Amino acid sequence: MTPHIQSIIHPAGIEAARISHLWWVMFGICAFVWFAVAAATLIAIRRGRHAASAATDRQASFAVASAGVVSVIALVALLTQSVVTGRALDSIRTPDALRIQVTGNQWWWDVQYENPTPSLRVTTANEIHLPIGRPVAIDLLSNDVIHSFWIPSLQGKIDLIPGRLNEIWLQADKPGVYRGQCAEYCGAQHAKMAMVVVAEPPDDFERWLAANRASAPVPVTPEQERGKQVVERGPCAMCHTITGTLAGGHSAPDLTHIASRSSLAAGSLPNSPGYLAGWITDPQHIKPGNHMPPTGLNADELQAVLTYLETLK
Amino acid sequence: MKPRMMMVLCAVMCGALIAACERETRRYKELPAAANRETGVRVSQLEPGMPQQRADVKSPYQENAWGISEGKRLYAAYNCAPCHGVNGGGAIGPALIDDMWIYGAKADQIYATISQGRPDGMPSFGGHIPTQQIWQLVAYVQSMAGEVRATTAAGRNDAQMGAVPESRQPAQTPIQTGHR
Amino acid sequence: MTAHREAHPRLTENDPRLDADALERERRLLERTWAGGRGVIAWLSEVDHKAIGRRFIVTAFAFFALAGVLAALMRIQLARPENHFLSPDAYNQIFTMHGTTMMFLFAVPVVLAMGIYLVPLMIGARAMAFPRMLAYGYWMFLFGGIFLYVMFALNIGPDNGWFSYPPLAGPAYSYGKRGDVWAQLITFTEVSGLVVATCLVCTIFKLRTPGMSLNRMPLFVWAMLITSFMVIFAMPSIVISSTCLILDRLVATQFFNQAEGGDPLLWQHLFWFFGHPEVYIIFLPALGMMSEIISTAARRKVVGYMEMILSMTATAFIGFGVWVHHMFATGLPQFGVSFFTASSIMIVIPTAIQIFNWIATIWTARRLQITVPFLYAASFFFVFIVGGLTGVMLASVPLDRQVHDTYFVVAHFHYVLIGGSTFPLLGAIYFWFPKITGRMMGDRLGRISFWLLFAGFNLTFFPMHLLGLDGMPRRVYTYPGAMGWQGLNLLASAGALVIFVSLLVYLVNVAVSLRAGAVAGDNPWGAATLEWATSSPPPPYNFTPQPTVASREPLWHSELRPPAIVGLRPDDREVLVTYLLDAEPDHRYSMPGPSLWPFLAAIATSVMFVWSIFQAQGVVWGSIPVFITLVGWFWPTKGKARLERGVTGRLTARESVS
Repeated sequence: MTPHIQSIIHPAGIEAARISHLWWVMFGICAFVWFAVAAATLIAIRRGRHAASAATDRQASFAVASAGVVSVIALVALLTQSVVTGRALDSIRTPDALRIQVTGNQWWWDVQYENPTPSLRVTTANEIHLPIGRPVAIDLLSNDVIHSFWIPSLQGKIDLIPGRLNEIWLQADKPGVYRGQCAEYCGAQHAKMAMVVVAEPPDDFERWLAANRASAPVPVTPEQERGKQVVERGPCAMCHTITGTLAGGHSAPDLTHIASRSSLAAGSLPNSPGYLAGWITDPQHIKPGNHMPPTGLNADELQAVLTYLETLK
Repeated sequence: MKPRMMMVLCAVMCGALIAACERETRRYKELPAAANRETGVRVSQLEPGMPQQRADVKSPYQENAWGISEGKRLYAAYNCAPCHGVNGGGAIGPALIDDMWIYGAKADQIYATISQGRPDGMPSFGGHIPTQQIWQLVAYVQSMAGEVRATTAAGRNDAQMGAVPESRQPAQTPIQTGHR
Repeated sequence: MTAHREAHPRLTENDPRLDADALERERRLLERTWAGGRGVIAWLSEVDHKAIGRRFIVTAFAFFALAGVLAALMRIQLARPENHFLSPDAYNQIFTMHGTTMMFLFAVPVVLAMGIYLVPLMIGARAMAFPRMLAYGYWMFLFGGIFLYVMFALNIGPDNGWFSYPPLAGPAYSYGKRGDVWAQLITFTEVSGLVVATCLVCTIFKLRTPGMSLNRMPLFVWAMLITSFMVIFAMPSIVISSTCLILDRLVATQFFNQAEGGDPLLWQHLFWFFGHPEVYIIFLPALGMMSEIISTAARRKVVGYMEMILSMTATAFIGFGVWVHHMFATGLPQFGVSFFTASSIMIVIPTAIQIFNWIATIWTARRLQITVPFLYAASFFFVFIVGGLTGVMLASVPLDRQVHDTYFVVAHFHYVLIGGSTFPLLGAIYFWFPKITGRMMGDRLGRISFWLLFAGFNLTFFPMHLLGLDGMPRRVYTYPGAMGWQGLNLLASAGALVIFVSLLVYLVNVAVSLRAGAVAGDNPWGAATLEWATSSPPPPYNFTPQPTVASREPLWHSELRPPAIVGLRPDDREVLVTYLLDAEPDHRYSMPGPSLWPFLAAIATSVMFVWSIFQAQGVVWGSIPVFITLVGWFWPTKGKARLERGVTGRLTARESVS
C-alpha cells in the first residue's frame, strides 16, 4: 500500500476534487482569520501592558462592530463556497450511470453490480472495481447496524442505515488502488471494516466484470477436488457462497473469486496463502469478535482448502 | 459495621462480581470444546432397572449474554426459522418456545438433536457447524423457552416482532413427549 | 416606585446599628446559625452552597482524572499500529467511558459547580435557593459516577460510544447490561443537572441583593443564568431518548426498530437536540469566567456589557437550532440540512463579537497584569479559535461529509472544549482559589503547568487534524501500519504524556498551596465583583451586613457608598428575597437548614435506578423508599413556620442586633 490512498486532500475523482478544493479555500480563509485574531491578541496584550491605548469605549465598540462586519463577510464567503460546491457535487447525476448495491454487515461489505439481466449481475465482497471517467451510483443498505460508506479519494461519506436506502454518487478519474473504510462505529470490529477500491480503464473493468460473472472453475487436481469437498462438507458452506458448488450460505462474503482479491477480512490482511491459512485457522485471533468461528480443520484439510481457494480467480 | 454485615456485604459483592463476569464476558477467542457431547445422551426416559446417574450438563453459554446473542444470530443465519418459525413459534417444525420437548430438554439432549438430526426433517448439523456454535444455539433455544435468566437472555429482535422477546418469556417446565 | 423606595431607610456610616461591637456580636450569632456542624451525619447533611460547590468541584476533577487515565490508555494503544496493549473490547469500553465521563461527569458538573460556589457570593446573597435540593443534586451526581465506575470495573462498562446510537446500542446488537448502564447513568446526571439549574435560576432571579438590577449583574452570573436555562430546555430531550432506549432494551418497545414503525434516526435527532446545547452548556460558563478574569487583569470593565449579554443569549438560542449538523452524513434531504449549515455558520457571529470585545478590553487596559489566570484566558484566543474555525468547516455539508467521524472532528471538539472551557476553567480555579481556600496558588508552578499544558495540548491534538484529512476514522482500536499514520499518532501520544505532566504539576500546585500558599486577603487580585468584598474564605453566612450595589463593578466604585442593610435575623437562616428586574427588596425568607433527607433520598433514588436495570419491577418497588424519603424531607417542621417576613425601615427591639 502506498500512503495517501485514503486521503481527502489527494483526490482521485471529480467529487473528491471539488471537496478538496473547498477544503483549501476554507483553510485559506480560516488560517488568515486565525492569524489576524492571534496578531490582534498579541498586540492588545502588548498595548495593555503599557496602558498605551487612549481609545474610548465608544471607539472600542466601533472597532468591535467593524470586526464583526468583516467576520460576517468572511462567513458569507465560506457559506457561498460551500453552497457552490454542494451544487457542483450534485451535477454528477446522470441516467446512464453504473449502478452498484452495497450492503453493510458487521463487519464486511457485500457488493453487487446491478444489471437488468440477472445472469449479468456480479456479487463480490470488500472490493469494488470502478471504470474511470464514468459516474457511479451506489445504493446503500444495511443488514444490521448503522455503518458508513467512505472512500475519501473519491467522495464524502454516507451512512448505511437499516430500513433506509441511501444513495451516493461518485466517479473515479485517476487509475489506481484506493482504500475505503467504515466511518460509523458499528461494534467490536469497526476498526477493521475496510474495502479496496480499484479504479481502472473501462476495458479492464469490463474484463474484470466478465471474469466475475463466471462460476467457480471445476477443480483439476485431486488436491483441489479434495479442497472443494472439504468446503462443501464442512463449516465453510454454511455461511459462504461459491457459485458452481454446493456452498450457498449468505451470511458471509461471497468467495467465488476470492483469489482475485487483494485483501482478506475486509481489508485487514493481504491476500496471500500464509495469511489466508492463518485467517481460516483462527479468525478470532486476527479480528476478535467477528462472526467467523475457528473452523477446526486439521492440517491436511486446511492445505486442501487453500489449494482449492487459490483456483477461484 | 458489624463483622457479620461486612461478610454478607462481601458475599453479595462477590456474587455480583461473578455473575457480572460471566454474563458480560465476550468469549471470542475460545477454542472449540474438545469433547463432542453426544455419546451417552439419552433421548428416551425409558430405561431398564434403575435410571443411570447423569451429570447435569449445561451449555457453556447458559450464563453468557454474548453466547446467547450469537445463538440468536446463528438461528437466523443457519436458516432455523423456515422450519421452527422466526421467533421459535413453529412452522413445519415444532415450536421451540413451548414446554413440549420430543427429544429431551436438557442441554446435551438439545445438542444431540442439532448435531445428529432427528427423523421427519431435522437435519444433522454435526460437522457442518463448529461445536461452540452448536452450544450457542443450545443456549439460545433454551432461552426461547424461558429457561435462561432474564438479564442474560437476548432482547427483542430489530425486525418484525412476532413473539415476546426471549428475555421476557415465561419459564416453561419441560415435558418430554416423544410426539409432535 | 419612588414611594416604595422611600419606605426603606438609607443607612449611613453613622447609624448606631452599624456599631462595630454590635456587628461583632451579630457575626458570632450568624456563625452559629449558619455553621454546618461536625461529624459524619453533619457532613452528610450539609446544605451550605459553598461546601456543596467545593464537593462538586473536587468530585468533578476526580472524574476528570479518571477520564484522563482512560485517555492515556487509548493513546498508548494508538501509539503504534496493530498494537496489542488493549483488546478491542477493552478499547471500545475505554473510549466510551472516556467520552461519557468527560461530558456527563466532568464538563457540565464542574461549570455548574463554579456557579454554585460563586453565584450567591457575586449577587450578595447569603445562600442559594433550595439548598436541600442542591444537596440532593450533588449526591445524585456522586452516586451516578460511582455507579458507572463500579459497573466498568465489573466489565459492564458501556461500549457503544458516548452517544450510543441504536441499532448498535439497541437490544439486538448490544447484549448484556452495558447499554442499560449507560442509559441509566444519563438519568442520574440529568436529574442532578436539572436540579442544580433550577436552583441557579431561582437564586439569580430572586436572591440578588438590592441595587443589583439585571443590568448590573456580573457577566459570569449572566452566563450561569443562560446556561441554566439551556440545561432546563435541553436535558429533557436526552431523558426522553435514554428512557426510550432502555425501554427498547428491557421491555421490548419499538422506538428505534424500523421494522415496527420506529426509526434509528429518531435517536439521533433526540440525542443531538440535547447534545449540541450540551456543548454550549459546557462553553457558556467559561465565557463568563473569561470576562471576570480579563476584566480583573485589565483593571477595567469589559467593553460592551450589553453586547456580551446579547451574544451569550444569541449563542444559547441558536445553539438549539444546529443539531442536525451532527447528522449530515445520514442521507437527510439536502434542502433541510442546508438550514443547519446556515445556522451553524451563524452561531459563530455572537462568539466572534465576544472575542472582539475581550480583545478590545485588553487593548484598552489600564496596565494589564499578566497573571496566571490571564494566561489561561489568553490561551483561549489561540486554542478555541482553531476549534471554532474548524467548526465552520464542519458546518459545510460537502466538507463535513469527508471529515465527519474522522480524527478531524476529534481535533475540532477537543480544541473547542478544552480551549473554550477547560483552559478558562483552570484559570478560573487559579483565580478563585484564594477566595475558596484563603491562600494563593503558587505563581511559578502555575506558569509551568500552563505552558506545559499549552504545548502538550497542541502537540496532542493538532496532528489529529492531519490524521483526519489523511483518512483515519474515529473510534478505531487500531490502524494498519501501511497507512503511514503512525508518526502523527506517536506524536499525539507523546503530547498526551506532556498533558499528563502538566496536570500533575497543577495538582501539586493545588496541594502545596492548600498547606503553604501565601495567605490571601479579601481581594488579592483587585477585582470588582461582590464575592471579593467578604473574607477569604467567606464565612458561612457570606456577608454581614448585607451589601447593596450601585454599579456593575461595586468594588471599583466604593465612592458611590451604597447603603448596607441590617436587620436580617442572626438566629435564623434568613435571606432577603428581591424582585426580579431591579432587585427591590420584597420580603425576608427563612432558609431550610442542614438535613439528612437529601442524602437518603439520593440513596433511595439510586437504588431504584440501579434495580430497574436488572428487573423491570425495580421501578415499582424501588419507588416506595423514594416516596418515604420524600415524605420525610417535606414533613412540616414542628413549631417553626417558614414565615415570609416583611421588610420595613423600622426594626423592632426584638429584631435588632443588640
